[in-house]
Amino acid sequence: MTAPSPTVPEPGERPRGRRTTIAKAVNEALRAAMEEDPKVLVMGEDVGKLGGVFRVTDGLQKDFGEDRVIDTPLAESGIIGTAIGLALRGYRPVCEIQFDGFIYPAYDQIVTQLAKMGYRSSGTVKLPIVVRVPFGGGIGAVEHHSESPEAYFAHTAGLKVVACSSPTDAYFMTRQAIRSDDPVMVFEPKRRYWEKGEIDLDATPLPLHAASVVRPGTDVTVAAYGPMVRTALEAATAAEAEGRSIEVVDLRTLSPLDADTLVASVERTRRLVVVHEAPTFLGLGAEIAARVGERCFYHLEAPVLRVGGFFLPYPASRHEDDYLPDLDRVLDAVDRALAY
Amino acid sequence: MTVPVVGGHPALPRVEPPIVQLLTPEGERVEHPDYSIDVGTDELRAFYRDLVLVRRIDAEATALQRQGELGLWASLLGQEAAQIGSGRALSPQDYVFPTYREHGVAWCRDVDPVTLLGLYRGVNLGGWDPTEHNFHLYTIVIGSQTLHATGYAMGIQRDGAVGTGDPTRDTAAIAYFGDGATAQGDVNEAFVFASVFNAPVVFFCQNNQWAISVPNERQTRIPLYQRAAGFGFPGVRVDGNDVLAVNAVTRAALDRARGGEGPTFIEAYTYRMGAHTTSDDPTRYRIAAEVEEWKLKDPIARLKVHLARTGQADDTYFGEVESQADRLAEHVRTACLAMPDPDPVTMFDHVYRDGHALVDEERAWFEAYHAGFSDADGGAR
Repeated sequence: MTAPSPTVPEPGERPRGRRTTIAKAVNEALRAAMEEDPKVLVMGEDVGKLGGVFRVTDGLQKDFGEDRVIDTPLAESGIIGTAIGLALRGYRPVCEIQFDGFIYPAYDQIVTQLAKMGYRSSGTVKLPIVVRVPFGGGIGAVEHHSESPEAYFAHTAGLKVVACSSPTDAYFMTRQAIRSDDPVMVFEPKRRYWEKGEIDLDATPLPLHAASVVRPGTDVTVAAYGPMVRTALEAATAAEAEGRSIEVVDLRTLSPLDADTLVASVERTRRLVVVHEAPTFLGLGAEIAARVGERCFYHLEAPVLRVGGFFLPYPASRHEDDYLPDLDRVLDAVDRALAY
Repeated sequence: MTVPVVGGHPALPRVEPPIVQLLTPEGERVEHPDYSIDVGTDELRAFYRDLVLVRRIDAEATALQRQGELGLWASLLGQEAAQIGSGRALSPQDYVFPTYREHGVAWCRDVDPVTLLGLYRGVNLGGWDPTEHNFHLYTIVIGSQTLHATGYAMGIQRDGAVGTGDPTRDTAAIAYFGDGATAQGDVNEAFVFASVFNAPVVFFCQNNQWAISVPNERQTRIPLYQRAAGFGFPGVRVDGNDVLAVNAVTRAALDRARGGEGPTFIEAYTYRMGAHTTSDDPTRYRIAAEVEEWKLKDPIARLKVHLARTGQADDTYFGEVESQADRLAEHVRTACLAMPDPDPVTMFDHVYRDGHALVDEERAWFEAYHAGFSDADGGAR
C-alpha cells in the first residue's frame, strides 16, 4: 500500500522523518507566521499564559509578549468584533474560539460583519482574520464541546472555510490562511490534536483551496474532511482486505469547494460516499451530492450517499460512539453504493 | 400609558442628573467648572453654518425619499449639535465608527453628502472609502461598531500612537451609537474590552430618547452615563443640543484617550425630532407635546439667538448661510437623480479579495444567461 500524498499519515505507517501532532503543527505555524509578520496577532480565551485549553498556543505569549498574544475577556463576540477593528488598523489577528459550541455568541460578528464588510466597502477595506475552531466530537466531553458547525459558515458568502486533517496540512493551511487577505475559518479536528503523524515542512504545500486524493482507489470515492479523513482511510484499509478499492478524497476546503477534484474522482470510480460528523441534513454532503449529481449524472452508478451525524442535538457523550460516523457506518454506505 | 412590569419596580430616587451645558436653550452663554471652551466669532459662525447645512442635507434626503428617489432615509433632525459638536472635536488621524444616522459627523469628515445617499438609494452598501476619511462605513446592526472601534483603538495602542504627547501622532477611535444600543451585548462587551485594555476610544452615545418606538425607560433604569462607572471608566452627560458643550466634552474625552488615560462614555442628551426612519410613524407611540417641548431646545435656534444677540452675526450672514444651504441641497438633489443604477454583474465584485471558485462560476453563469437574452432580441439586455 502506498500513500500518494505526504499530507495524511496512514494508520500504522512507519515513521519516515519527523513526527508531530496537529496541535504542535498549528503551534509551529502560528510561531512562524508571527516571526514573519509583526502584524500577526493571536487572541482568544486562555491563549496566553495557559497556552490555550488544548495548548495549541503554548509558549507563544512568553516569546511574543502580551501585546501580540492577547488573553481576551471571556466574550466571543468581543473577540471577533475587536479583531475586526484591529484588522481595520492593519493587523492580522488569528482568533481562537475555545470550542465549536462556543462560537455562537460570535456568530453575528462573523456573519454580519466579518463576512460582509469587505463587500460592503466595495473592497476598500480588508479583513485578513483567521478564526480557528477546534471542532467535532469523540472526546467524551460535556455539551457544547463536540459540535460541527462548519456548514453555517460555509453557507455564508464572504467567508472561506477549511478543515485540516494532518500535521502537514495543519501547518501549511494555517500559514496560508494567515497570509490570505480574506477571512478564513480553520476547523481543527480536536480529537486528532494529539495523534502523531509525519510532518514535512519541505514539501510543496497544496493550495489552500484544493482537495486532495489521499488514497487512490477504483470502486468508490469516499470524501471526508477533518477528523473523518482518518476514519475514511481506516475504512479503505478494511475494505481492501475484502477486495474493495476505495479512493479517499480529503476535501480540505469547504468554501470554496474544490468540486473539480471530486468530480474527476467520481468520474473514475462512479460512486461517491460523503462523510462528516455534522448532521447529514443540509450538511456539506447535501451540497456535494447536488453538485456531483449535476456534473456526473451520466457517470454515476449509484446515488451519492451521505454518512453523518443524526438530526439531533449532539447527544450525551455515552451516546457518541453510536452518534458519530465510524468505520462500520462508512463501510455500510460503501456496500450500499456498490449494491446498485 | 406604560405597561406595568410584572412584580413592579421599586421606585428609584429621582435625582436630576448633572448635565454639562455651555449654551442654554435661550441662547445664553454659561460656564461649567469642568469644561470651558474658548470659542471665537469665526468658530461660532462656522458651527452655525455646519448645523444649518447638515439640517438642509437631511431635509433634502427626506424629500428625496418621499419622492421615491431613496428607498429609506434615517433623519438626524434634532441631533445636529451632538454630531457637529463631536465631529468638529476630532483630529484628522482619529477614526470614526458611525451608525447609519451620523450624516453630520460624515460632513465633518468631508464625506460628500451625495455619497451617503448610495446606501439609501440602493446603488451600493456604503459608497465611500473609509480609509480616505477615517470615517468607517455606516453600520446598521445596532451596536456592532462599538467593538470595531475598540479593536481599532487596541491597534492604535500597538502602533504606539497613544500617550506620546505629539498631537499629530496620538490617535483615538470614537464609536457612535444610540440609547437603544446600550442594551446590546456587543456594546457591553466593547465597554469591557476598552476598560481592561485601557483602549483609546470614546463611546459617544446620542440618547435621542427613542429606539424606534421603545422609550429609554425600557433600555435602562439609571441615566446611561452612569453605566460607565460599572465598567471602570468615566461617564458624562452633556446637553446634546448644545454644540459648544458637546464640543468641549468630546475634546476632553478625545484628549484623555489620546493621552493614554483610556475610554470615556459620553451621553449626549438629545431628541429625535423626526421619525426613526422614513418608514416609521412616531404618532403611534409618542405624544406631540413631548416633541413641542423639545422644539424649544432646538440646537440651531439657540446658537442663532446667541450670535444675533451678541452681535457676532446678523441677517446678512444668516442669509448667506441660507443661500449656501440652498446650493448644497440643489447639489444633493441633482447628484442623487443622476446616480446611475449599478451594472448588474458588479454585484459579484468584492465578495472576496483573492477570488472564490463558486462566485466566479455563478458570475460566469449570470453573464451567459444575460448574453442569451441579448442574442434573442438583438442586443438589448
